[in-house]
Amino acid sequence: MDKLNDRFSTTMLTIALYVVAIAYLFPIVWLLLSSLKTGGELFSFPLSILPENPTLENYTYSWNTMDFMKYFINTMFVAVTTTVLTVLASATCGYALAKYKYKWLNVFLICMLATTMLPTEVIMTPTFSVILNLGLYDNLAGLIIPSINTATGIFMFRQYFLTVPNDLIESARIDGANEGRIFFNMMLPIAKPVVITLAIFSFQWRWNDYIWPLLVVSDPDNYTVQIALRSIVGADNIDWVLLLASSIISLVPMFIIFIVFQRYIMDTSATSGLKG
Amino acid sequence: MKDTNKKWAFLFVFANLVLFLIFFAGPALLGIYYSLTDYNGNVATFIGLENYINLFQDSSFYKAMSTTFLYTAIGVPFVYIVSLFVSVMLVSPRTRGKNIAKVIFFFPWLISPIVVGVLWRWMFGESFGFVNYVIDLLGGNPVPWSSDGTFAFMVILFATAWGGTAFNMLIFIGALVSIPKSLYEAADVDGGNGWQKFWHITLPSIRSTSFLVILLAVFNLMKEFPMVQALTNGGPGTDTTLIVQYIYETGFDQMRVGYASAASMVLFVILLVFSLLQFRFARGGRADG
Repeated sequence: MDKLNDRFSTTMLTIALYVVAIAYLFPIVWLLLSSLKTGGELFSFPLSILPENPTLENYTYSWNTMDFMKYFINTMFVAVTTTVLTVLASATCGYALAKYKYKWLNVFLICMLATTMLPTEVIMTPTFSVILNLGLYDNLAGLIIPSINTATGIFMFRQYFLTVPNDLIESARIDGANEGRIFFNMMLPIAKPVVITLAIFSFQWRWNDYIWPLLVVSDPDNYTVQIALRSIVGADNIDWVLLLASSIISLVPMFIIFIVFQRYIMDTSATSGLKG
Repeated sequence: MKDTNKKWAFLFVFANLVLFLIFFAGPALLGIYYSLTDYNGNVATFIGLENYINLFQDSSFYKAMSTTFLYTAIGVPFVYIVSLFVSVMLVSPRTRGKNIAKVIFFFPWLISPIVVGVLWRWMFGESFGFVNYVIDLLGGNPVPWSSDGTFAFMVILFATAWGGTAFNMLIFIGALVSIPKSLYEAADVDGGNGWQKFWHITLPSIRSTSFLVILLAVFNLMKEFPMVQALTNGGPGTDTTLIVQYIYETGFDQMRVGYASAASMVLFVILLVFSLLQFRFARGGRADG
């Protein structure tokens, strides 16, 4: 009787889980299906669920009108460069905060905490002045340099290095290794899971970022993918055919990264640094 | 020995320290200064607290602020409940096919706020949207999802929950799997049902995680901007204009930099109060490690 009851509740809960899962998946599927329909079919009633004559026309149209190649290269350059620098800076900084005991380091830790409270969104206007005065306006470097500093990345490394025993460092010191060698030859390799997790996070932040490009970029030659999309969706008359296909194109790099690194992204122990 | 270590420590934090000073401390101080001037991109004249006085008499500022509060007050519990529900289902021993479901729930994390806005705008289109099509099939009347402020607000809440679940889910699952199984086994012996177990074991065990999720969600919703801009552009009228969009439009479209900076400072103080309250609350009632 209990067995039967168990099986019944397992079936019901699994069905409930998948009903919700399909509801989550549907908007993406609907966008994908819509992007394969011709312009005429998109705006005819009653709607068709599956495209009648699936076509990739919208994609060629989008690729040709939008100069997507350029936006991809711009965004990719910004995302990859920032990610490398972010990982390096966060690892060294997190290591210092975990392993050296100085009062001023604690003060700096509190300062970094404060950055989570006062994000760029809140101080857009003065940030813009700073960008302008440093000559970073309408320059891809203006997207890279300010984004290197991330409290989340620093905390992830700090939490991780706190779990590394100090004896390990002490014995290396006794062997005569200097602090830089200890960090680069021993500590950074140990922290590989955090390096990969932060790299994925950082790439996603930069690829999907909107606020910084909005402040920094104005020339279409410097557009990132998100700003290009915004220029379509912000028009008075939205060109949906263009917008739907362009949106799908913009998702491709993140989905590829997800497929390749799924193990690291979904492994919750690696994100434990976020839990402070 | 001690001295060289000090040098290394400084070297290790140097890059972040410089970036912190230039792109955080600098703009923050500059923002305070701007807020006391009538800076419009050209000249800044010191005008004392005039911006703040005007701000507190400005109905459009109040409207943006109260819309943001309402959005946060409804959105945060909504995101929290949906994320927790999904996470509990994903660690329950009574569900099958967890891995596929987990991947599906994670997809929205990959999608940028702009595209999230586009997705939901397309789903909830008034004439050719999928949702109104289904309502029509079921014999209902089309709902004015974008021309009615209340409905537009609802669509924003759906989009927020949809986009925010993935990240919270990772945090929740990490906490849920570390609850000792013995607690549930003891409850089984005592004949506790599923709901009692959730209420008396699961919820208290993930208390500090809940605080973290809520704190992060409050911050994310208070500063929401790109997704809403793509979804409704703050409309109809200014019905769904949130505070960051208000600041952006005031500062950049109207070039009232001083005024926008004053609004920024008010938002900052509000965020500061929120986080102090929550830290205090979390520390006072800590139940787990």
